[in-house]
This record gives sequence, C-alpha cells and structure tokens, in this order.
Amino acid sequence: MFYREAGQFKTSYTADMSVFPILQDRVGLAIILIVAVAIIPFFGSGFLLQAVMTPFLVFALATIGLNLLTGYTGLLSLGTGAFMGVGAYACYKLTTYFPDVNLIVWIIVSGFFSAAVGVLFGLPSLRIKGFYLAVATLAAQFFLSWCFIRQPWFYNYNVSGAIEVPTRTLFGIPITGATSSDATRYFIVLGFVIAMTWLASNLVHGRIGRMWMAVRDMDLAAELIGIRLLRTKLLAFAISSFYCGVAGALMVFMWYGSAEPSVFDVNLSFYILFMVIIGGLGSLTGSFFGAALIYILPILLRYVPAEFGMPIQSSTVEHIQYMVIGALIVFFLIVEPAGLARLWQVGKQKLRVWPFPY
Amino acid sequence: MRAPDSESKTRVGDVLLAVEDVSLAFGGVKAISGVSFDIRQGEIRAIIGPNGAGKTSMLNVINGFYHPQQGRITFKGATRAKMRPYEAAAGGIARTFQNVALFRGMSALDNIMAGRTLKMNRSLIWQLLRFGPAMREEVEHRRFVEEIIDFLKIQEIRRTPVGRLPYGLQKRVELGRALAMEPELLLLDEPMAGMNLEEKEDMSRFILDVNDYYGTTIALIEHDMGVVMDLSDRVVVLDHGIKIADGTPAEVMKDQAVIDAYLGVSH
Repeated sequence: MFYREAGQFKTSYTADMSVFPILQDRVGLAIILIVAVAIIPFFGSGFLLQAVMTPFLVFALATIGLNLLTGYTGLLSLGTGAFMGVGAYACYKLTTYFPDVNLIVWIIVSGFFSAAVGVLFGLPSLRIKGFYLAVATLAAQFFLSWCFIRQPWFYNYNVSGAIEVPTRTLFGIPITGATSSDATRYFIVLGFVIAMTWLASNLVHGRIGRMWMAVRDMDLAAELIGIRLLRTKLLAFAISSFYCGVAGALMVFMWYGSAEPSVFDVNLSFYILFMVIIGGLGSLTGSFFGAALIYILPILLRYVPAEFGMPIQSSTVEHIQYMVIGALIVFFLIVEPAGLARLWQVGKQKLRVWPFPY
Repeated sequence: MRAPDSESKTRVGDVLLAVEDVSLAFGGVKAISGVSFDIRQGEIRAIIGPNGAGKTSMLNVINGFYHPQQGRITFKGATRAKMRPYEAAAGGIARTFQNVALFRGMSALDNIMAGRTLKMNRSLIWQLLRFGPAMREEVEHRRFVEEIIDFLKIQEIRRTPVGRLPYGLQKRVELGRALAMEPELLLLDEPMAGMNLEEKEDMSRFILDVNDYYGTTIALIEHDMGVVMDLSDRVVVLDHGIKIADGTPAEVMKDQAVIDAYLGVSH
C-alpha cells in the first residue's frame, strides 16, 4: 500500500538512472543508515557490536568483493580467503614497519596489495572459466595459505605463529587492540562498508559494470562490441581482491584482534562463496542478505531459545542450529534459485501491485 | 522495393571493404577457398548460398574471429592479413549473430548501452564516483541510445531483461546494440531467421532505414530470397566455400551456376 511509485515521474535521464529511483527505497535506505550509524552503536550491547554487527559487516564487504567477480563478471573464484589473508598480512606488516602512519591508510593500502595478488592469479582467466578457473584460484588459496603458515616473515617471527594486532590510534582514540571500544571499531568498519558499497554500486551501474556483465553473459559478443576480455577480467579480479583485502584487514584488526594463519584457509573462501550464492549472484543488496543469513541467523538460533527460557543444553542447540541452517539454505535455494536478492525483488514487485496479483 | 538504378548510383560510393583471395580451412576442411569481393560505401550487400557455403565463416573472417590462412582484407584503405575482434569493433565494424547473442541477464537498455562502450572513456576514478563528467557522459550516451530505442520502436521493453523477450524483439535489440556502435559497416547474420512475415517486413524496413538514415553500409546473410532481392544492391553467392556469382540481384537470379547450386543438377 505504501510501496507505490505512481506519481513519481522522472524528468531527466540523471534522475531516471539513479540507483534508487523509487522514493520509498530511498527512505528505507535512509532509515537503515540512521539505525546503523546513530542507534546501534549507542544503544546496542557490546555483544551486539563486537560479535554480531562488526563481523556481519566484514563478511558483507568480502561478499560484495566476491560478488563483483563471480556475480557480475561470471568468474568463479575459490581464492577469497587467501585474498583476504593478503590484505590482513599486508596491513600487519605495514603497520609494524611504519607504526607512525595511520592504520586507516594502511588498511586501504593493503587492499592494493591484495589487488595486485588477485591480478596475478587472475591471469589464467583469459583461457579458462567456470570450474576450471575455480581450480586455478584454488591454487592461489593453497599457495598463499602455505605462505602464511610456513613463512615466519609474514608473522614477524612470532613464536605462536599468529599475528597480534598492536594498538593504534586515530585522533588520540585507540581504534585497535585491547583498549579500543567496541563502538569505535564498529564505526570504522561501518564507515568502510558504507563507502565501499557506494563505490561498488556506482561502478556496477556504469560502463564498467556493463562491461563486466557483458563478459559474464556472452563473452564473444562482448569482444565484438569492443570489450577487451583480458583487461576487463583482470580489472574485475583487481577490484574484487581489493574489497576482499580490505575486508580481511578489517577482520583481523577490528574483529579478531589476533589471527591464526588457519583463519584464511579454504573454508573461509567457501563461506564467502555461500554468502554470495544465497544472497544472489550479481546483487549488492543480496551480498548483505547472504552475509546476514549465514552469519547472523545461527547466532539468533543460539540465543532465541535461551531468551524464552527453554532449558536446552548448549550442545543440543549447536546441533539444532546446524540442522536448521542447512534446511533453510536448501529451502531458500528451492524457493528462489537466484538467491535472496531475487526474492526481495519479487516481494517488492508484489507490494507495488498489491492488492492485485499483477 | 527500390528502383534498381538511379537512386542507388548516387547513394553508393567507393569501396569500403575488399576481400581478396581469402582462404580459410579448419584442419582438412576448407571453409572458404580463394574468395574475392568488395563492399562499397553505402550499399546493402547480400551474401547468399546454400547451407555450409561458408557465409558465416566469411563474416567471422571480416570481423576478426577467424584468421584466414591466405588472402588479404582491405578495410577503409588499410590492408591486413588478420585482426582482432576488438580492432574490428574500434574500426567501425558491428555485427549481429545468427543465434541471438545478447547479454541475457541485462535489460534491453543496458544491452544497447553496452554497445556504446567504445565511445565512453571516463576513467575508473570517475566511474567509481558516478557524478560530474562520468554522469554527464552516461546521460549523453543514454540520449543517443534512447534515439535508437525510438527508431526501433522498443520503448516499452527497455527495462525488461532480454532473456525474457520473444525472439523477434531480441533480434531487434541486437540490431540496436550494433547500431549503438555507430558502425560504418554493419554485418547482419541472418537477421530474419525464424521470423514470421510481419516481423520480416518490420526488420526489412529497419534495415532499409538504417541504410538510408544513418548511411550505414550493410552486409547481410539471408536465406529468404524475396528479402534478398528486395533489399540488396548487389549479391555475392557462395557454394562450398567458392564464389560462384556476384552481381545485381537480377543478374544473380538468372545465373546458371546459382540455379544449379540451389536446385541441384541432373547428371
């Protein structure tokens, strides 16, 4: 009833080409942003900030990164975990070598390191695609994992083999390490996610986004309208890895506080890939849905029974959680194989014409 | 139907593309052997022939998908043995496919906008910000694309993902995408395959209009002889990879070799 676009006429192409042409969508987005910026950090508990929202945002960012590559450009990658690791380790090395430079700068720069590695491992994509490319990127995953575990230089010859996040400050406020507050770290992650989502959205709605999708949908015809395949694919690898690298750096510095090398193994790659698939290939909104479904839903399932005072053992909860999540994933994929983003689109379409069926 | 001489003489200019002695083989299979012909500025040139005559291979050679083992191609005065599809596109050769090759996940509008890729040159930084010059560029090209959409009368489907469109409209969107490149030479591979009479008439009208209005040179492959005779200025006939006739539709129709190729010869 409230979701109608009747009467909202566009008088310029600029208005017609905006990312959210419908007024209600813009209002909805504004409400979400206000809640995320002004309500959650001030009224949310430390648990909500540190264990729910910050990780969710980190995963959403990595999912956007992989979605740019797999969803928009159609290149299947299993190297996400490794690219996130490159970001985290690059950031760690940089901030230990140059502790005076602000950490925020190093987080961004570490994205470029990850982008360079991504381009290198993206080179095979000119000749191979689909499952074969996935196997080629798996090589990146195994090689980089091996580096993180076996090369002591990466973790500064730390005895434990893990990287410990040092305390760094921004305008005198500690933003990492034990003394930083949950809200500060949440704000930083949120800032990165909002800015980078906005940039990604700009990109996919313009020329480069169309080039990526053209390569995904029909690479022969793409070549024919003058798109150079290798360049376009490598650009997708670079930008995707940049996003993953920043997400990896944020993951260690803003969430974990210290990281074992095994964090960035192939499981993480699959975890992010599942978020992309369930959220919806080729959708930025879907990236958030996917991250929420796979990361937040299990937490809800764990704590909701306890809230209602149900006397269930924690091990039972754990088992039930796996079963429910598995069932839900299968359910959502059967209902809408194109992912939650498509489900969201269909729902919005139904709202627009409600109470009529079409 | 167009009067064959007076008007076409003023319309048709110099040679735009010349194919000389081109041979193409896949292993032991000879797809094209020693074919030469030319396409003049502003004309509609038909390439016809029975199945497997090498027509599509010829188009693939012209826009760089296949690299012939022998022969030369002169386009706009530059002679070359082979080129890449990217260079062909940048040089002004556009193409549609026999089986529609649209970007299925994108809307009709985005498909045609994608055809403008080569004309757009704002850098990655502007693309990331999407305002100022990047947005102005986007709007400017959108305006051009909307003209094509009006021209092809596909206004109501511009937001529809092309995968959901009926075949005839997909063909039209594909033509739109090729036109968005502002080509000098437009290669149409069976633009009317699988269409009903009405759709064929529409498409014929679009082809003639493109030729008239934009002055685009067109080379088309078509099986419908009525269409070929009505539309084209000159026809080249291939059979088993060899050129068997070349001339105006009327000449070609009377050619004994062509009649034999199409109807068979009694031995």
